[in-house]
Formats: sequence, structure tokens, C-alpha cells
Amino acid sequence: MATVKVKRPKLHWYEHLYLPAILKGLIITLKHAMESLRGKAQGGKSLATSGLGVTMQYPEQKWDDQLPDYYRGVPALVTDEQKRERCVSCQLCEFICPPKAITITPGEIQSEDPWAKVEKAPQKFDIDMIRCIYCGMCEEVCPEQAIFLRQDYAMTGTTRGEMVNDKKRLYEIGGIREGLVNKWNELK
Amino acid sequence: MADSAPATAEKLPKDLAAEKGLVNVQVDGTWVQVPAGTRMIEVCKIAEKEVPHYCYHTKLSSPGNCRMCLVQMGMPNRPPPGESPHYEDDGYQQISWMPRPVIACANTVTENMGIRTTGELVEECRNGVMEFLLINHPLDCPICDQAGECSLQEFSVEHGRGSSRFEEMKVKKPKNVEIGPRIRLDDERCIMCSRCIRFMDEVADDPVLGFIDRGTHTTLTVHPGRRLDNNYSLNTADICPVGALTSNDFRFQMRVWFLKETKSIDVNCGTGCNTVIWTRGNEVFRITPRENNEVNSSWMPDSHRLNFHYLHAETRLGDPFVKIGSKHEISDWPGAIAKTAEELSRFKGEEIAVIGSGRMTNEELYLLRRLADTLETDLLSLVPRVGESDGKLISADRNPNTSGAKLIWASRNPYAKLESIRQGVVTGKIKALIVFYEDLLGDAQFKADDLANLDFLVSNHILTNKTAKASDVVLPGAGFAEKRGSLVNITGRLQRLNQAISPPPGAMDDWEILRDLVKALSPDEPSRYLLEEVFGEIADEVEEFEDLTLSKISDLGIPIVETGESIPLLESEKARITAGEIVG
Repeated sequence: MATVKVKRPKLHWYEHLYLPAILKGLIITLKHAMESLRGKAQGGKSLATSGLGVTMQYPEQKWDDQLPDYYRGVPALVTDEQKRERCVSCQLCEFICPPKAITITPGEIQSEDPWAKVEKAPQKFDIDMIRCIYCGMCEEVCPEQAIFLRQDYAMTGTTRGEMVNDKKRLYEIGGIREGLVNKWNELK
Repeated sequence: MADSAPATAEKLPKDLAAEKGLVNVQVDGTWVQVPAGTRMIEVCKIAEKEVPHYCYHTKLSSPGNCRMCLVQMGMPNRPPPGESPHYEDDGYQQISWMPRPVIACANTVTENMGIRTTGELVEECRNGVMEFLLINHPLDCPICDQAGECSLQEFSVEHGRGSSRFEEMKVKKPKNVEIGPRIRLDDERCIMCSRCIRFMDEVADDPVLGFIDRGTHTTLTVHPGRRLDNNYSLNTADICPVGALTSNDFRFQMRVWFLKETKSIDVNCGTGCNTVIWTRGNEVFRITPRENNEVNSSWMPDSHRLNFHYLHAETRLGDPFVKIGSKHEISDWPGAIAKTAEELSRFKGEEIAVIGSGRMTNEELYLLRRLADTLETDLLSLVPRVGESDGKLISADRNPNTSGAKLIWASRNPYAKLESIRQGVVTGKIKALIVFYEDLLGDAQFKADDLANLDFLVSNHILTNKTAKASDVVLPGAGFAEKRGSLVNITGRLQRLNQAISPPPGAMDDWEILRDLVKALSPDEPSRYLLEEVFGEIADEVEEFEDLTLSKISDLGIPIVETGESIPLLESEKARITAGEIVG
């Protein structure tokens, strides 16, 4: 490896004192403080502040409508326009999940089911939200477009058990998603 | 020295090879010596060059119908009439390469032949074959049990296009067809390699599978009015390179990439088929055969591979029990062992009998004999379990370790004393009975009333049964997938059982239970901490085990004694190898 010698910058004598720089910083802070008191803080409007500074008054105020489309919140399962549960329990998300938050028990779709030709669906699908790190790998790896990271971010619970999202809850959070690839169509 | 050296140097490579009965073959530029008549694909395997293939299987005939193993072949130039062949400086003739590829699985090699497993022609061939195979293949991977161990997936990574150029409609075929009690067929996934058809015809002698229709409509099906219900049917799912044939038992249980493989052996009969136990966490998901040409070739009967679900049964014994009054109460291990030792010491030697099982390992049988010796009784027997041989892999002796018991107990017939023990219990001469791994009311043919005659009954089981209910002390043991040990099969081959999962928290490995019992009865016994120490004691005592250790047994086992028994399936396979039908 090549060695690069960096020259130490030469400081003026008043820079060695430090005090002028500290004063400069204090003045900037004071300027912002005065501006926020006059209701003119930077970004104050877009973040819907209470008027005093940029501090949002959470949870009375929330930034949900400010979330970008690519925001990675709680992972959830989705159904499509035909009310079909898209997950076929291929367990790729369970495999890829870095903190091992996903546990799936695969199962077979009964022959009387209208979607019997899909053959496979999860019996159980648990995501442990204490473990989840919201990385989005499950969404990326899913070959059936069945799992998506939603915009929900406030997961709370008083026990460990409450923090595990089971299949029913995952479909509640996920809801219906339209415009996905219809792989299991009538030609299949 | 100086005189003889040039003489050998003048010899051509072909003559040097011929002296050893071999021929020279060039594989991707490297010369190897192989026996004449070896198949090209086997030569490539020796030269460590991969040739992708679907239909070829060493234990089956080679119809050459998948076309995936196409390679380029070259032969030496034939000299004009009257001229002798010309040899290059390295002693080989120049190879002329053929413009058309050949299949490596069904062609054999000759002297000075050349094989190319790489190059533009071969690559193009493979890509073309792959594209044709995938034209009608459904996008089933997310729901297909074969995913993760599918040759089609593997080779499409190397030779596939990534996207399809096929714009027409895919051919529709029957899906999710139950063609037998244990096998399910998906015809859309089938690539027509015919491995299953050949297996059922050539190995299982039950030719129920076949192709119907032609071209892209070729469909694998079962003979009308017949089902694929042979006891070897699950082997077709093993050799199916794709997910066309899958096991009903393993259907949608777990993806294979989660499963841990443990090499072990089968304990359902004297053959001792070599197996792989597939587990995740503390659960066994499936058992498949492992190749061992001295025991089970590559196959295994269905009845044996599916006999593992009892390990996770509801009736599994999870704690030692001691009977207080007429009720069983959960005890701890020191308490149960101390209680057993205390009760047993009340009886004289001739009042005690010990019944073991032919399913126990050598180490356990050795300690069981130590236990009988400590109690000064010679009433020690196993319970016979005799069925009918199926003429393939299932032996008539359904105990996996009869040969081992004969060696360890130095007894010609380890079952001999069962009848006298039974009589002794009926007459009341035997007052205390120790039973390991057997249900007395089952194969041992005791009657429930007989057991009431006993003053003290201690038994070891995996599952609860009538003997356990009648016992004064119940010691829960470990199943075959939960312990280590060695067994000797009917041909006298010492094989190793390996631990794939751990027993339930309250149960204990059987050799440890026996060790503790022996130690409690006779404190002078040496302390044994490892199974290896028990095996060491056997090695010191039994001549056939001399100089052996558990690790020396290796995965394929070692023959230690001549029993005169043979495995019928291996005999028929040897005949087919001699006839040149299969590679073996």
C-alpha cells in the first residue's frame, strides 16, 4: 500500500485560542433559537411542527404522510385482487432472514379449495418483531410477491408473545395489494 | 541399469498401459489410464471433469435419452493402407476430433481416444439441451419439494439462459397425481429421463411405470389398473433428478436446504442399510439411503425408511417413573437407579433374569452382559424377531444386531434362554426381571398374568407400552437417531450408528443407563465416561474387535467376521455388472 503523507494545516495564532470558534457556534445556535421563537424555523412547515422549533410533538403529531414509498416498516403478507393468499410457503424468506425472525410451517391446500392447483400454503407464519431488523431481504427474495414491508413502524407489546405477528395478523397488516404478477392464472 | 533404461523409454504409452490391461484416454488435454471398455462419463469422473447428466445412473442401464452428457470425441487418424501409424514425440497418435458430439454415458473408450468436456461445441450442446428441457417445465420451484436438490435447477444455473424464448403455450400434463400410496407424480415437471421406469423394471422387478404418447406429449404414467405400491417405490423419488416423483411422507414438510445430514444406518433388519438422517432442530424429517456397495447398493425399502415417526410420538416416555403403591410417579435419574439397585440386591442370582434386545448396540449388549454378571445370573437372552426375507434388502432376521450379540456374548444363540426365562416367570422361580428395549407382551410373547407373578420388574423403553405399565421402575431410553454405537449386520460387517438428534430432556442414552445401573450395583466397576471407553473394553475382550475403535469403523463399515450370509440384491447386481448391463 502506498503511503500518503498528509501535511498538518498551519493554524493562525487566534485559531489556536479556540474561543473565537466557540463563540461563532454559539451565535449560530442563538440565531436558530430566535428564529424558531418567531415561528420561522427551517422545515417547520413541512414537518407540521407545533410552531416552536423543528421538534415534532410525537405521538400527537405523526409523520406518516411524509413517509417515502420505499420506507421499510413492518413486514406483512398480502392477498391479491382475487382474494388469494399469495404466499406458497417456499420458506426462502425464512432462509434469507438475517436475524432468523421468520418461522414457517408449510402445509398443503386441500383439494376442495378453489386454489387447490397452487398445492402449497403456509399453515403457520410467524414473524418475531423483536428479532426483525427491517432489512427488507424477505421482500426482495420472495418469488411470489407475497411479503412486503409496510409503512407501519409503531410495533408495541407488553409481552414477547404479543410481539410475534402470526399469519392472521400479517394478512391484516398486509391487506390486499393490486397489480401484482398473476402467475397462477387459468393457463397455469 | 544404463542398458535397461532406454528399453523402457522406447516403449510407447499404449504398450505401457496394455501391460496393466488399461488404455490411454485424453480428457480435456490430460492423459489418463483406464480399463478398456469404461464408459466415457466414468472416465471423465476419474479425470475429475464434470459431465452434467440426468438419465445416467451407475446402478441402472443407460438408454441415453436425456442428451445432457454430450461431449466431443476424437480418435487417432487411421493410416492409409500399408502405412504404420505415426506417433508424436510424446508417444501418442494425433487425435482427430469429430464434428458431431456423442453421449458420454453409453459410449466406451478405446486406446488413444480423446474427450473434450469443454469448448464451444459442447457448451452449445448443453445450452441447447437445457433450453429444450425447460421449454415445457412449469415455474413450480417455490412449491416443488425437489427445489434445492434438483439437477435441473443446478444445471440451469450453468447452462440455462435465464429467460425463456418460448412464446407458445406450454404443454399441459397431469399434475399432483397419486400413483401410489407413498409417491406423487407431477408430469409437467418430468424430463423423461426414465430412471424411475428402469429402476422399477431392473431393480424392483415390478415394471409398473412407463411412457405413453409421443414428442412433447410424452407422459410418464403407471400401468392401467396398477399402482406404484412396491416396497421400494420411494427410491424412484430419490433418483428422480427433478420433482416429478416426490414422497407423500415428506411432502411439504420442510425445504431441504434447512436439513442437516447425518450418516447413519438402518436398524429395522439385519441388513443394516446405510442411511442419511435428515434433521432440523431436534426433529427427523426423512431418511434416505446412502450408497454402500457392500450393503445396500443405493437403495432402501420404504417400510424401513418411513419407520422413524415414532421418535416424535405422543406416547414417548420423557421421564423415569417409579411405582409407588399402584401408581407411577415421576422420579429423577439418581433416585430411579438407586431404587432399582436397592430392589435388585434383595434377590439371589438365580431369581433374576435379564432380557435384552437385538436392536441394542454392541456397547449396550456388552454392558447388559456386565449387568447380568454383576447380578450373578446366567439367565440372559434377546428376543427373536423373525420375518420373511423379501429376496432383496430385507433380511429374515429383523433384529439388526444378532451377529453382534453372538460376538459380544460369545454365544451361538443369544435367543436360547428366552423360553426358560418365560417358564421361570410362569412358575415363579424368577422373581425379578430386567427388560431392555423390548415389550414383553409383544414379540417376546409373555402374558399379562405372568408379569403379575414378578416381585420386581424394571424396564427400559422409548414409548409407553404394557410392559412399562406393569413395571416397578421405568427407565426411558433413546431411539436409533438419538444415540451412537456400533452394530454388526448379517454379513458380519461392523457399522456405526450416529447421533442425529438428542433424546427428550428426561430420557437418557441407553448405554449410560446400563453403566449407572452396573456402577450402582457394584461400586468397584471402573468409571466409564465415554462410549469409546466401552468400545475399548470390547476391543480388549472380543477377538474380532481387536485394534478397532469407533472412529476406525468409518462411514462404510468394515467386515469383521465371516457369517456365510449374503444380501440377495447385491448378488443380482453383481451379475448385472459382470454382464456389462450396468457400471455398478
